[in-house]
Formats: sequence, structure tokens, C-alpha cells
Amino acid sequence: MDAIILQILNGLDKGSAYALIALGLTLIFGTLGVVNFAHGALFMIGAFCAVTLNKLLTLSHVVIDETKTDFLGNPLKVQVPYVNDIFGEAAGAAIIDWSVPLAIFFAIPVMIAIGVIMERGLIKHFYKRPHADQILVTFGLAIVLQEIIKYFYGANPIPTPAPDAFKGSFDFGAAIGFDANTIIYPYWRLVYFGFASLIIGAVFAFLQFTTFGMVVRAGMADRETVGLLGINIDKRFTIMFGLAAAVAGLAGVMYTPINSPNYHMGMDFLVLSFVVVVVGGMGSLPGAVLAGFLLGILESFASMREVIDIIPGINQVIIYLVAVIILLTRPRGLMGRKGVMED
Amino acid sequence: MSKTNLTRRGVLKSGAVAGAGVALPTIFTASSAAAYTNEPTGGSVTLGFNVPQTGPYADEGADELRAYELAVEHLNGGGDGGMLNTFSSKALQGNGILGKKVEFVTGDTQTKSDAARASAKSMIEKDGAVMITGGSSSGVAVAVQALCQEAGVIFMAGLTHSNDTTGKDKRSNGFRHFFNSYMSGAALAPILANNYGKDRKAYHLTADYNWGYTTEEAVRTSTEAMGWETVAAVKTPLTQTDFSSYIAPVLQSGADVLVLNHYGGNMVNSLTNAVQFGLREKQINGHNFEIIVPLFSRLMARGAGENIKGIFGSANWHWSLQDEGSKAFVKSFGTKYGFPPSQAAHTCYVQTLLYADACERAGTFNPCGVVEALEDFEFDGLGNGKTLYRGSDHQCFKDVLVVKGKENPTSEFDLLEIVEVTPRGQVEYDASIFGGELGSCNAGA
Repeated sequence: MDAIILQILNGLDKGSAYALIALGLTLIFGTLGVVNFAHGALFMIGAFCAVTLNKLLTLSHVVIDETKTDFLGNPLKVQVPYVNDIFGEAAGAAIIDWSVPLAIFFAIPVMIAIGVIMERGLIKHFYKRPHADQILVTFGLAIVLQEIIKYFYGANPIPTPAPDAFKGSFDFGAAIGFDANTIIYPYWRLVYFGFASLIIGAVFAFLQFTTFGMVVRAGMADRETVGLLGINIDKRFTIMFGLAAAVAGLAGVMYTPINSPNYHMGMDFLVLSFVVVVVGGMGSLPGAVLAGFLLGILESFASMREVIDIIPGINQVIIYLVAVIILLTRPRGLMGRKGVMED
Repeated sequence: MSKTNLTRRGVLKSGAVAGAGVALPTIFTASSAAAYTNEPTGGSVTLGFNVPQTGPYADEGADELRAYELAVEHLNGGGDGGMLNTFSSKALQGNGILGKKVEFVTGDTQTKSDAARASAKSMIEKDGAVMITGGSSSGVAVAVQALCQEAGVIFMAGLTHSNDTTGKDKRSNGFRHFFNSYMSGAALAPILANNYGKDRKAYHLTADYNWGYTTEEAVRTSTEAMGWETVAAVKTPLTQTDFSSYIAPVLQSGADVLVLNHYGGNMVNSLTNAVQFGLREKQINGHNFEIIVPLFSRLMARGAGENIKGIFGSANWHWSLQDEGSKAFVKSFGTKYGFPPSQAAHTCYVQTLLYADACERAGTFNPCGVVEALEDFEFDGLGNGKTLYRGSDHQCFKDVLVVKGKENPTSEFDLLEIVEVTPRGQVEYDASIFGGELGSCNAGA
């Protein structure tokens, strides 16, 4: 029982990332009809917003420490961050320590701007082209973006830790009556799950309870009629692209303490997120979220030693296997609507 | 009036003799050109540096390339000479190799066997490279080594740690200076026993490919020999990025040691995840829970940040070594590039010098002459103490470093501390245990 609870918990944070990326993908597909293969790159750029803010906060001047030497035997050059000079050592250290949560405020405008520029500068020219063309151009764009990041940040992962307050793990087992150390779960992953739930709730609330959201939903259902009512739906869809980019970016920002970001992390999530979208049902926002968590949890279960011992290699194919079964029984996915991508 | 005695027979005879005379040197030249692949004919010799310039190991490849450029500079008499001054063999004079200026071409392995073979093939066939070296993966090393054997050029492996490179996949034209999984296990085991005791239960997470298997086997064999029990060994996909679902069950297994047979991005992520789950703060079976990373790389360790503090592993070389060779190399490299070299850079630099020295001692670039010169060659002054290039498997035997993540690093380069320099005698083994056949050297054309 404890092993089952443990894997459900593990699936939640992985599922959170899948759900957030798939949510953005579905928003873009539902509004603009574009299959955006650069969405994983947006997740990666979000993560590098956190890296960038951390680097900005740790911009330093050099102080020579005569008591120590560097690897060549010269006096050691100690880097002292400017924030320490401005706010004092303790406050400066605290600001740097909290750089990942602070990066949320840095990433939102950056990601919206990148999303809008991407849509206006490139993707709008491919609205009337076949999906294959859209896939090619967005996939090409993803490669360009990750090479740009690699040029500036290198190929190695860059450690971007969580604030000290969230280091360590919570003994979930002891809290619910199991033996100590049977179900442990890192604090930051709980934060990630909570954050993802908040963002998903905010996106749904925005679409459900605002006039802007209502127009967007109407446009998703019947773009032509909304246009005939004199509403500039293209402008709203551009903004939605920016919002979808911000959702992917925020998912990336908060993911950095879980795994040190590197330039190809977006590609690792991209393919799985597409499977999530298809399983959830093309164009269905609740479907994307549901499928994200479902596949995240299933993937965790498939990684259990007991399961691998019975079916070797199942951990590598489980998501695709489940996708095949769901699509055979429900060809439109879990919550897919009739008419989407069927013309 | 003069009379010429031109006869048809006389003209034919003279023509035949003159023709043979003119052709004679050409025949000899042609014969000697065909003696081996890419024999240098002008005033220069071309080496091929095949390193990952793109892909996840691009930073390691960049450091290898820096080391190669430094080696070429030193071979051609530039810079401060680096390890040429400390190398026990004095055959190299700083005037190139066999009097020919050293030039180089580069290829991008992308850390993919197919791409690495294609770039090596291009350097051999189009650029006339007489030796190929570099790489940051055992899969690539084995693939390129086989290609070089077929093509008749020497392969001096870069960073490759699998037993197979000089074990079951060894080739006569291939040589490895870097250590291997067996040596890591043999060097680590006594240190682990001393620090963590002999009553331990280990849980292995192993990257699901050749290097992972050989490393797991080596560490298991050596630790079980001192009394440790292996409670589980789980293979993880090479493409895995989040290891939480593999790490979470570790505590439930009753294990009190986690061995991460991972390298590169896998190592960074699995170690980070293990620390996040608080494994190192746990007490199991009355012991502090411990994590071990059998192969440490400083470049990769940077990605794991402070998570590596206090964690044991092994390394081929580290810039903080205080022998004269290491100090000379660190000074040259640090002065030129502004930071200390990685172990990948060190092995690549040394391999280039060893190849050049073998050519000088053999008096030829002919691969068979070079093979003969390198086999059972003993040397010193290149950073690992007295070293032997064993003739039976073309594996270097030298001291191995046991290292630990430093508790209080003074800079971003100062991440590892040397715990022990394990003497060569302790990591030696019989060449036959890993199987494979060297075969005979191939000089190509």
C-alpha cells in the first residue's frame, strides 16, 4: 500500500509538468489550429529565465583574498555579488536563495513577449498551410531556440536549487500512520504540484469567468461567426499564444530545482506532452490536464522494480501503450470533441 | 658528313632503358606510398580530433579540443612545452613529429556512433588524417576504434570508461589511456569499506547501456568481495530525466547505500533527485545512508552543484595533483585558457603526446611501427605516476584516484578532493578476463 501511495505522489509532480505543457499546447491548437512543436522549447526557455535571474542576482565584483591561492598559485579572486553590497550580506544571500520563486515575476513578461513575437513573427504565416508545414517550421524553431540557449549557457546542466526553506523531504508515511521512511516526498515537489494546480485553476477561471475568456472560447468553437460579429479574434488569439507560452515558461521556472536545466530539456517533455494532448482529446483543456496526471502516475507505476521484473522494459513504453489502448477504445481521446481535426 | 646509326631496334632499346630509369624512383615511391594509409609526404602531418562538439557532452568535447590544440602547440615548439618537459621519454624535440609540422582537423561525434564514424571516415579519407583521437563515450570509442582498424590508422581513445573498449572490443590499432570500470571498482571498494564498514546493503541504479552494465558489475564484484550485500540492481533508461520513481523505493528495500552507475546528465539528475528525497539524512540499519558515484567528472559534477558534497567516486586524473607533470599541464592549460583542465582534457593531451612520441621512437608513422612502439611502453611524468601501456590489450595501467565531493569548495573548479591515490598494482587484472582478440595491426593501403 505504501508503495502505491508513493508512486501516486511521484506521478503527481511529473503529471503536473505534463499537464501544464499539454494545457498550453491545447490552448494554441484550440485557438490558432497550430500544432506547436516549439512548445517544449518554451518550457526550456522558462527554466532558463530562472537561470538568467540567478546569474543576474549573482553578478559579482572581484575581491582579492591574499590568504588563499587559486589553481595557478596566484592570490584567490573571490566573487562578491553586488546584491550583497546593496542589501547587506544576509539580505543579499536570502534574495539569491529565493531566486527561483522570484523568477516567476521575471518570466511572465519575458515569456508573454516571446510568445507574441513568435506568433506574429513566424507562426501567423503558417495558419493556412498544412499541419505538416506547421510541425516542420515549429520543430525547426525549437532547434534554433535550443542552440541559442546552448551557445550562451553551454551544454551542461546548470544547478538552480530551491530556497533552503524547501530543501529536504516530508515523511508522508509517518504522517498517515505508516512506518517512518516508507513514504518520503521532497518539499519542493509538493510546492510544484500546488503551483501547477494554481496555474491550471487560474487558466480555467480566466477562460470561464472573464469576457475575454468567453470570446476566446466562442472563437475556439466557431471562429468565423465570432469574426462576423465584429470581434477581432486574431488579436485575442495572439494574446492566448502569449499566455500559453507563459504557462509553459512558468512550468519550466518551477521545474529547475527538480532537475538542473539544460538546453535540451524541452525536447524530453515535448513528445510525451503531445501524447498527453492526444490521449486527453485534441482541443480539450480538461482532457489535457486529466491525461497529464494519469500518464504521469502510470509512468511512475511502470518504473517500479516489481513491475519491471514481470514485464521488462515496460517503463519505457507504458505511455505509448496506454495511448494505443485509449485511442483504440476512444478514438477522440478521453475528453475529445467531435469535429476537432476530423475535417 | 656524319652518319647517324639510328635503327628501329636501337630506339626501342634506348627507350626501354630510359623509361625504366625514369620509372624506377616512381615505382619505389609508389611502393612506399602504398605502405600505409595516409603516409605524410609533405612537410606536415595531419591528426584527426574527433570530439563531441554538439549534443549533451559538447562542453566536455570543447575541453578535449582545447587540450588537443595545446598539445599541437607544444609538439610544434610553441608555448612553454607543458608535459614535454616532464615526460620521461625525451624523443620529442618540439619540432613536430619526425620533423613534420603537426596540423589537425576536427570532427563532431555528436556522441552518436554513426555520426562519429562518419566524421572519422571523412577525416581519414578526405583530410588524410594519420591518427584519430577523442570522444566522450564508450559506444563512440568502440565504433570509431573498429573503423580505424579497418582503415589502417591509429586510434587513441579519449574519455571512455567501459571495460569493453580494451576488453571484448579491443583492436590492435586502438589504445586507451583512460582507466576503466574494473579499476574504479577495485580502487573504490577498500575506501568504501574503511569509511562505511563491511556490513552494508547496496542498491544499484544502472544506466541501461554497455558502460552502465560494466560499471555495475565492477562495483558489485568488488564491494561484495568485502562483505557488502547487493539488495537490488535496477536498470534506468538512458533517456530518463526524472529519477524520482526509481529513487523513492530505495528506502523501502532496506538498502543503506545507493550506487549511481550513471554518467553525464543521468548522474546529475539521479544524484540531485536522491538528495532531494532526503536519502542522505536518513538512518537505515543503524547506518547513515550513503550515495556513491563510481565515475566522477568535474565538468558533470558542476551540474549537480552542492549535492556532490561528501560523495565518493573515482577519477582518472584531477588538476590538484602535485606531481611535476600535472603541475606543468595545469600551468600551461590554465595560463592559456584561464581555468584548470578536466580529466577528459588531460587524457586527450597525454594521448597526443604518447602517439607523437611513439612515432618518433619508431621512426615512422606506419601504424604497425607505432603499435610496436606503444606496446609494453613504460613511461612517467604525464600525471599518473609510472604508467604501462600493456601490450596484451592496449590498456594503460597507472594509479587511480578515489575522490570525494568537497565540503567547502573555494571556486567553481574546486569541487572534488583526492581521498587516495590507489597504486597501480591494486587495479591491475589479467587481460584475458574480459575476452576479445586484439588481432594484428592494420597498416591499410
